[in-house]
Amino acid sequence: MNNNGLELEETVKELGQYFKTGKTKSVTWRKNQLQAILNLVHENEDAISKALYQDLGKHPVEAYRDELGGVEKSAQNSLDSVEKWMAPTKSNIPLLFFPAKGEVLPEPLGVVLIFSSWNFPIMLALDPIIGAISAGNVVVVKPSDQAPACSSFLANTLPQYLDTNAIKVIEGGGDVCEQILLHKWDKIFFTGSPRVARIVMTSAARNLTPVTLELGGKCPAIFDHLSNPSDFKMAVKRIVGAKWGICSGQACIGIDYLLVEEKYSSEVIELLKKFIRKFYGDNMVESRVLSRIINKQHFERLCNLLKDPLVAASIIHGGSIDETNLFIEPTILLDPPLDAEIMTEEIFGPLLPVITVNKIQESIGFINSRPKPLTIYAFTKDDTFKRKIVAETSSGSVVFNDTLVQFLCDTLPFGGVGQSGFGRYHGKYSFDTFSHEKAVMHRHLCLEIEPRYPPWNKFKLEFIRLAYRFNYFGLVLHMLGLKKHN
Amino acid sequence: MATSKVNKKVFDSEEALTTVKDLRTTFDSGKTRSYEWRISQLKALLELTEQKEQEIVKALCNDLDKPPLETVAYEISMLKNSCKTAIKELKHWMAPEKVKTSLTTFPSSAEIVSEPLGVVLVISAWNYPFLLSLDPVIGAIAAGNAVVLKPSELAPATSSLLTKLLAEYMDNSSIRVVEGAVDETSALLQQKWDKIFYTGNGKVARIVMAAAAKNLTPVVLELGGKSPVIVDSNSNINLQVATRRIIAGKWGCNNGQACISPDYIITTKDYAPKLVDSLKTELESFYGKNPLESKDLSRIVNSNHFARLSKLLDDDKVSGKTVYGGEKDESKLRISPTILLDVPRDSLIMNEEIFGPLLPIITVDKLEESFDVINSGPKPLAAYLFTNNKKLKEQFVKTISAGGLVINDTTLHLAVHTLPFGGVGDSGVGAYHGKFSFDAFSHKKAVLYRSFFGDASIRYPPYTKTKMRFLKALMTGGLLAIINAIFGKS
Repeated sequence: MNNNGLELEETVKELGQYFKTGKTKSVTWRKNQLQAILNLVHENEDAISKALYQDLGKHPVEAYRDELGGVEKSAQNSLDSVEKWMAPTKSNIPLLFFPAKGEVLPEPLGVVLIFSSWNFPIMLALDPIIGAISAGNVVVVKPSDQAPACSSFLANTLPQYLDTNAIKVIEGGGDVCEQILLHKWDKIFFTGSPRVARIVMTSAARNLTPVTLELGGKCPAIFDHLSNPSDFKMAVKRIVGAKWGICSGQACIGIDYLLVEEKYSSEVIELLKKFIRKFYGDNMVESRVLSRIINKQHFERLCNLLKDPLVAASIIHGGSIDETNLFIEPTILLDPPLDAEIMTEEIFGPLLPVITVNKIQESIGFINSRPKPLTIYAFTKDDTFKRKIVAETSSGSVVFNDTLVQFLCDTLPFGGVGQSGFGRYHGKYSFDTFSHEKAVMHRHLCLEIEPRYPPWNKFKLEFIRLAYRFNYFGLVLHMLGLKKHN
Repeated sequence: MATSKVNKKVFDSEEALTTVKDLRTTFDSGKTRSYEWRISQLKALLELTEQKEQEIVKALCNDLDKPPLETVAYEISMLKNSCKTAIKELKHWMAPEKVKTSLTTFPSSAEIVSEPLGVVLVISAWNYPFLLSLDPVIGAIAAGNAVVLKPSELAPATSSLLTKLLAEYMDNSSIRVVEGAVDETSALLQQKWDKIFYTGNGKVARIVMAAAAKNLTPVVLELGGKSPVIVDSNSNINLQVATRRIIAGKWGCNNGQACISPDYIITTKDYAPKLVDSLKTELESFYGKNPLESKDLSRIVNSNHFARLSKLLDDDKVSGKTVYGGEKDESKLRISPTILLDVPRDSLIMNEEIFGPLLPIITVDKLEESFDVINSGPKPLAAYLFTNNKKLKEQFVKTISAGGLVINDTTLHLAVHTLPFGGVGDSGVGAYHGKFSFDAFSHKKAVLYRSFFGDASIRYPPYTKTKMRFLKALMTGGLLAIINAIFGKS
């Protein structure tokens, strides 16, 4: 193990020892740390916005809406609720076991590891940290090296606000990840791609470490015919906002592709173009409203999606690229080939395929023939269709007539299913995801039931049968010798 | 139908793939999602358990020499109760859960909808081969999944009985049994499952989880560990009752071959002799003077485990420590209830899960030291404390991390459906029983309904300072902040 490796080993050991002192279990400690996160965000808004601009070209409003505001909301909610969450929940115990008391008591798992992602580098580091802290754990967070300014910010600033014995930031790339995964963790929380998730989970398996995997997928938006023009307009606005207005499409819950009935497709496309122009204007690079592509590697990946001649031929809007500024224009494609990479891989960029179907109900079959996405969006006023979508498709979540807002709803679990991941967080779910729910049963040493013990005989057997059926009356009769044996 | 050895099909990867494909076709048809289908299958399981009790008792006798009462109490009755609970509560479990939404997403309504994961794999264990096969299957069915059950090959009579009975009673297009050992299990693990539920040991669990990782399949791992019992000398406990409960949990549960059996005892030096005497007295009253012959004790499952347990007794470090029992009969795979006193912490018996009829007692000077002893090892599936001291109880609950804790009894929490049953750390991942079983095999889908009423232009570019102010108020402030924002204050 090299020098860094030894350092890492020391770090993990120290964290374990600190956890054992029990300090992080106290409600005061947890609240202090959550308040510290709030202070960090309030006092560093400009610095964070700057780092986000540097890494992704994110506009300050996007930075606030998608990252800072979200962290603030989450920290405040946790601060207000943590004491309630920590309280044991009573469980009813059947009369048979009288006198007895049962409860479920949440306790921290111990030393947890959080892998953040590069597209929401602040939010996806701090939000899980909030969960881990509320649950009383000690934490190592590994920000993505593909967002270096934010990674640096976290490494420099977290120690200024949080208990450095309990929360540590480890920076680095793939090799550091490998090293980190060699250690035994009590939980791993991973946000990122399925490919890396497999590596993380395989590593976790060595130590039976529970994991939460927040992945992505091709999130479709079903666009049913909306007869009311203002509804139609609003739907298109929301779609544009959810495709390009969120990190230029580089978001796990961003809309990946659109499904629309053939006869309405041109109407939809025209309106999409109109709002793209309205929101982003003509000088998109200069106006700095749109995030840029994170780096050259992803830029090339996205350009390659368009290289396929059949795909290129389906471009009906945009398509221009600016390699120096890592900028790709909002691009719409109409019915690209379904076996092209743009329709088999998660796009994670500003390219929107519009897939036409004969009847909108066919969207269900289309979605079901593909891996389960993180979210399905559907714009429709048809209640029957809504019910069908919920009952017949499977995804992390479903959102009707809007986009992205499920992220802000902390009473809803946020997570995937199938290829889009497993486990969930946000609100109390964050607390739960970093807790062990310990069952506790209290009994007394008085009032004993003799038939529990050998030597066995017919009487005891019948007793136990009746007991298990909670047939208390029968039990009494049996004890009194009044019940016939079967 | 006679099948010769030559014609017997080997269950290999291809077979496994076909099985999964078949089940997936059934699942995709939507058949298993309906309430009616789920209830019919749960009722069929209940019928199977009620009608075939004698056969089940016989199979367990074959596999483990399990006393009929234990089979009825722990395998059959518990399974029946599990079925009945599921049948009674299913409608309620299946109903979507409405959740509150905040001002930030106003106007909206939201709910959490439970949906089946799809095609799931249940791998069972040999010690409660009937219960640990069908209890998870109840959860899988209740949640609307298609299931493959792989019973343990170390309990072959139960394994074939399950194959026969499930084929007879259950819907074969969605519920299948695959028998076999390592090869068959490996073939199954190569397939893509929507969930894998494994009961067994840590070594195989690692293999299962690594296989699951290839397809990002979520897992529940019900493992074990060394479940300790702390006996308090200072609070005037009813020693006879405590002893009986320890015995019931240890030798009364498959002769110590149970994941939540008391593994070892910790008590103070001065109290230990009293405890040992009490154990001896009660053991004799339960199993007589010749416990090696007692019909009320299961045998050791096979010669491998017999050898493993013998090795624990033959360890030099525990020589001379046996204070009761220690008799063995290899031909009958029997070991008598054995108590060892003051075994060293580095002995073999203190460094692996015993899973047998050997009970070591560790002594400490002060009872509080027992917490450190327990916490210095891997987290067990269960931990037990016998005391009347309220403070000690509180400290125990606060300090000891285990799957589940029971105070003043042993193992009973297994039978309580309102308590989640599962491990933590090395004792496992996930939990089940009651609604927890339903949840273990479900995906909880968040559904948010929004309308087109009231769109906030602050969401869209061009981004301005005013919009930023509104956004801040909306995200984190309450109603007052929003009103302030409207009036230009920030």
